[in-house]
Amino acid sequence: MTTTAPPRTEGITNSLTAGRLPGYAPWALLAASWAVLGIVFLFVQMSGGGDYNIVGAVFLGTIVFDVLIFVVSALVEGRRQARDRLVTSLVATAFIIALLPLISLLFTVAVSGAARFDLTFFASSMRNIVGEGGGGLHAIVGTLFITGMATLISVPVGLLTAIYLVEYGRGALARAITFFVDVMTGIPSIVAGLFAFALFSLLLDDPGIRFGFGGSIALSLLMIPVVVRSSEEMLRIVPNELREASYALGVPKWLTIVKVVIPTSVAGIATGVTLAISRVIGETAPLLLIAGFTTSMNYDLFDSRMMTLPVFVYNQYANPGTDVQVYLDRAWTAALTLILIVMLLNLVARLIARIFSPKLGR
Amino acid sequence: MTTAPPRTRAALRPADRVFAGSTRTAGILILVALAAVAIFLVAESAPVFVADPADLPRSPSSFWEYVGPLVFGTIWAAFLALLFAFPLSIGIALFISHYAPRRIAQGLGYVIDLLAAVPSVVYGLWGVKVLAPVLVPFYDTLTANLGWLPLFTPPASGTGRTILTVAIVLAVMIIPIITALSREVFLQTPTLHEEAAYALGATRFEMIQMAVLPFGRPGIISAAMLGLGRALGETMVVAMVLSPAVVISFVLTGSQNPNTIAGNIALNFPEASGIAVNTLIATGLILFVITLLINSLARYIVNRRKAFSGAN
Repeated sequence: MTTTAPPRTEGITNSLTAGRLPGYAPWALLAASWAVLGIVFLFVQMSGGGDYNIVGAVFLGTIVFDVLIFVVSALVEGRRQARDRLVTSLVATAFIIALLPLISLLFTVAVSGAARFDLTFFASSMRNIVGEGGGGLHAIVGTLFITGMATLISVPVGLLTAIYLVEYGRGALARAITFFVDVMTGIPSIVAGLFAFALFSLLLDDPGIRFGFGGSIALSLLMIPVVVRSSEEMLRIVPNELREASYALGVPKWLTIVKVVIPTSVAGIATGVTLAISRVIGETAPLLLIAGFTTSMNYDLFDSRMMTLPVFVYNQYANPGTDVQVYLDRAWTAALTLILIVMLLNLVARLIARIFSPKLGR
Repeated sequence: MTTAPPRTRAALRPADRVFAGSTRTAGILILVALAAVAIFLVAESAPVFVADPADLPRSPSSFWEYVGPLVFGTIWAAFLALLFAFPLSIGIALFISHYAPRRIAQGLGYVIDLLAAVPSVVYGLWGVKVLAPVLVPFYDTLTANLGWLPLFTPPASGTGRTILTVAIVLAVMIIPIITALSREVFLQTPTLHEEAAYALGATRFEMIQMAVLPFGRPGIISAAMLGLGRALGETMVVAMVLSPAVVISFVLTGSQNPNTIAGNIALNFPEASGIAVNTLIATGLILFVITLLINSLARYIVNRRKAFSGAN
């Protein structure tokens, strides 16, 4: 790396770079092992038949590369460098392995979901439908109602708690709330559903109770801790100088919070809330227990069963009629719709964060 | 920080009182809600412990005989999932924090977060329709060649809907959780420690061994436990992928698989009535206690090192 080296270096062995693999070596090895395994799998396919297994070729090729780079590097560079290269390639392999299911899943959902991704699906419910046709409108409406109600409950409670923790909370109560909010993030979703069921079946004395509002309660139990954590983080990064400037003008504390602190952090809070919604909108288990399933439209959160998209996916898969494929197609389309909604929410959250975030000069 | 010195306390306006009071109420409401979860679950499970065990579903000799295989299945599936997910997650976290070029590292983080954004019911559908059929020939090979191991006792499942498939899907689901937390911890390694290691002539791996991993150990442990907590409570994947039986069995590839608590609830709750509902709620209470213990322990470990903000 010295800048004073003479321009003509061909044929001269540099003691600093001797015993090192050239920079292109790992890439060349990787390409070579993929190519070799690709050919091997081609022969396997020709002899044994069946589809060409590209995932297997890439996967085994990567493993062969991991071994090869270790051996080659150990021969040229010594054991320490070889171990370093081995770990580097293993770490990258881990990342690729994690990508495989994601790609496979998104690909399958997109392809299988496209079969019924039509107007009928978004314009009709499953009422009086046996076999072909029908759609998930009742489920989409139910999901929007139940998740919307859960948001209405969670945001005020979560935001106020975050304000308490950041602006007021000192001592044992604040510590207890922080700890239990953390613990709450780990409540299994099905337990939240069981809680909502136990609560309302005891309160309303109905041992078989199913209604949409119960689903909202279960979802808010899962949503509140997420809202608290993200809002708390956003409120904490509001500079103290802003608060002090406001106090210096004689503004009461509550007005300072409402007019100065919250407007400064509102973008971050909105992002957190959107991400929290995207987290609970795909929850299935609690809604399966307390909101139940139905084939008809239901616009009343407080009366009778209410279908939701995730439960619709499960129900179409688990209780197919005689023509299984028709039901599966509907399940895949509902899954595609669900994923699109979640991705959209994530995108909106990132956009809010990017566009409206306060410029803090960092 | 923001409180006035005690000598000149600002006058508390009514609006201030109301606002402060409502924020405190919201905080207390969360504690009340958590307590209510415990109270109502206990209240609804209580009948099970006084009822005649013969009335319970499957007529066990006691409630514990009913719940035993489920607890085993829950822990076994979650343990397997953690076994697969943990090394992968640490690798991915290291890749994003210390190996990938700075410019694309954040993008790669988003890609892994996408795994967390996929709803669990979609994972279930994918697991049973895509992954399970792919794994069938693999399971056949395993049982044919390694059948002498108690883990792969033949016969292999014909559908691929085994506990191993479930564990693989669960592993995919908890990878983003473990990755996100350990990545955050790795990024907080003091740069001076890293540079000191490099200055001693360490390779990148040796630097990670000397500086990053020791610094991040508590964070890694609690990340793993949070992932375990998620795997314990995951419902839909188990309900959709597993072909369950009432057994305690370590066989990974057979058709007789132990069910999990959450999966059992999801499968039986919609049709249950009477004491069966209470039984399922009682199993849910046990699941709640298990996950509560594991999560509290994980949080306790994280909170000892305040630098790691958990939860996200």
